[in-house]
Amino acid sequence: MLFPDIRADFPVFERSTPQHPLTYLDSAASSQMPRQVLEAMVNFQSYSYANIHRGLYPLSAASTAAYDTARQTIADFIGAQSSAEVIFTSGATASLNFLAYTWGEKNIQSGDEIALPLSEHHANLVPWQQLALRKGAKLRWIAVTPEGTLDWHSLEEALSHRPKLLTLAWVSNVFGTIHPVQKIAEMAHRAGAAVILDGSQGVPHLPTNVQELGPDFLVFSGHKMLGPTGIGVLWGKMACLEELPPFMTGGDMISIVKRERSSWAEIPNRFEAGTPNITGAVGLSAACSYLKNLGFAEIRRHDLHLMEYAIKRLEEAGATVLGPNDLQQRSGVLSFRYKKIHPHDIATILGRDEVCVRAGHHCCQPLMREIGMMGTTRASFYIYNTEADIDRLAESLAKVGDIFHIAPCPCPKISKKPAVIAPASTPCTQKENCGECSCKFAT
Amino acid sequence: MDDTTIFDDDLYRQIIIDHYQHPHHQGALDCPTHHLEGFNASCGDNLELELKIEDGKVADIGFVGSGCAISMTSASMLTDLILGKSVEEAKKITDAFKARLLGQDETVSQDDVDLGELEALDGVKAYPVRIKCALLSWNTLMEGLEHPEGLIMQ
Repeated sequence: MLFPDIRADFPVFERSTPQHPLTYLDSAASSQMPRQVLEAMVNFQSYSYANIHRGLYPLSAASTAAYDTARQTIADFIGAQSSAEVIFTSGATASLNFLAYTWGEKNIQSGDEIALPLSEHHANLVPWQQLALRKGAKLRWIAVTPEGTLDWHSLEEALSHRPKLLTLAWVSNVFGTIHPVQKIAEMAHRAGAAVILDGSQGVPHLPTNVQELGPDFLVFSGHKMLGPTGIGVLWGKMACLEELPPFMTGGDMISIVKRERSSWAEIPNRFEAGTPNITGAVGLSAACSYLKNLGFAEIRRHDLHLMEYAIKRLEEAGATVLGPNDLQQRSGVLSFRYKKIHPHDIATILGRDEVCVRAGHHCCQPLMREIGMMGTTRASFYIYNTEADIDRLAESLAKVGDIFHIAPCPCPKISKKPAVIAPASTPCTQKENCGECSCKFAT
Repeated sequence: MDDTTIFDDDLYRQIIIDHYQHPHHQGALDCPTHHLEGFNASCGDNLELELKIEDGKVADIGFVGSGCAISMTSASMLTDLILGKSVEEAKKITDAFKARLLGQDETVSQDDVDLGELEALDGVKAYPVRIKCALLSWNTLMEGLEHPEGLIMQ
């Protein structure tokens, strides 16, 4: 285990009992928060909090300084050229809607195209779909291979239509696929498209340097990377941000307000109307520091180790794991199917063992329709997960098979457990593969 | 595992697994008077229910769909219970079952209503997010019963 003592940092694991240890495998939906982040927020809120800017007393100055420091920490964390390039939002969804209503309203006209993979999360799909409807623009879908990677021909084809925008996730929240963003951004820019990167699943797991990755905008959420909900980031190249009109208007984003018109504050304040989530920003900054302290090379090693172990255990248990075979192309998300049992039945039964997984369409309905599934069961990992979590997942999954009276596959590596349908004294007579596992009996 | 192990599960009871794996009245009808479609957006479960109502009675019933064990079992049990019943009786059963799952037993009379095997779905009450699975087919049926004269959507 790469981070041996890390679970002690996370109070949530105190709800574990010997019978039901908490097996939290839903970090791709939302991660748990370590004491260091909780304490940073409690300390700030308790002793340094006031509204930021314009307060002419020391407490407000201290609060403003903490907010500005948080912005700088996050700017350093993602390799931004200046802290002014970091805009605080309530999360990735807010950031993407911000871009659809500012960049999109300004740059997308009737007949223009917006290219995006079919595997995008609804958060990076619906805002563009609605923009396209408002503008009479067209969405150009990039196909996804059965393995869960982007179909390269489809990507090239989409770019050949010279879209105004390419928007995509760094890491797929269904397949865990890491998209080769650097290369894609270069191709898109050559085709004349702006590039928006949804880093919601990527930033928590992979070292982030916006200069190397090369998008024009990057969005991500705090709550998927040890931070609190209600805080997220929109990063943009300064030249791109300067082109944007304000989105929300009101206090703190203005320079001079007259009866008939107003002028705007400098960036980033121009894009942060009203009192922001100051304590949330402090929390997100503490989360960045915590992750940086662990080191992303180590976090990646941990992810790879756990994924390799989990794929092995899940396949032994008779599950079919979706997504790329090449581990290097994967981040900490494992979607799987298990013996044709509905994902909601699986997740309900696992939940009774305090094994927390997600089941369903994962906010990717167009993708699910395309691959002909009503959903998948998804286990997602983070720094606090261990091999023991994976063992409990596999053990609990076996119970699902038992409840549905489905015999394990008869292949030698899997048939350690006797078939439930036959009395224990009778050897399993099942001759054919269960149709769901990838063992050598598979047809 | 020894052969004395019996899965006496509070939610996934044997009878539920049986219905799920061998659903009753599965398939479309030849000449339905009602074709109804139900969908649970959050789970992706879908259901097509067909009825043939003659002289105010459910003369035939069939369903096709895909979904979790709870939604499909509930649909299978629905077909057993409703077949041969009058529209009025079917409505009464629907009301009673919905009230039972939603914990409103006191507001809707359960007298004279035999829910039969549906009582096996009582375990769903402990899983609030799954109640909509158990009610998918019943909510779909209610739509049809509002139009006893016939409802075929083209």
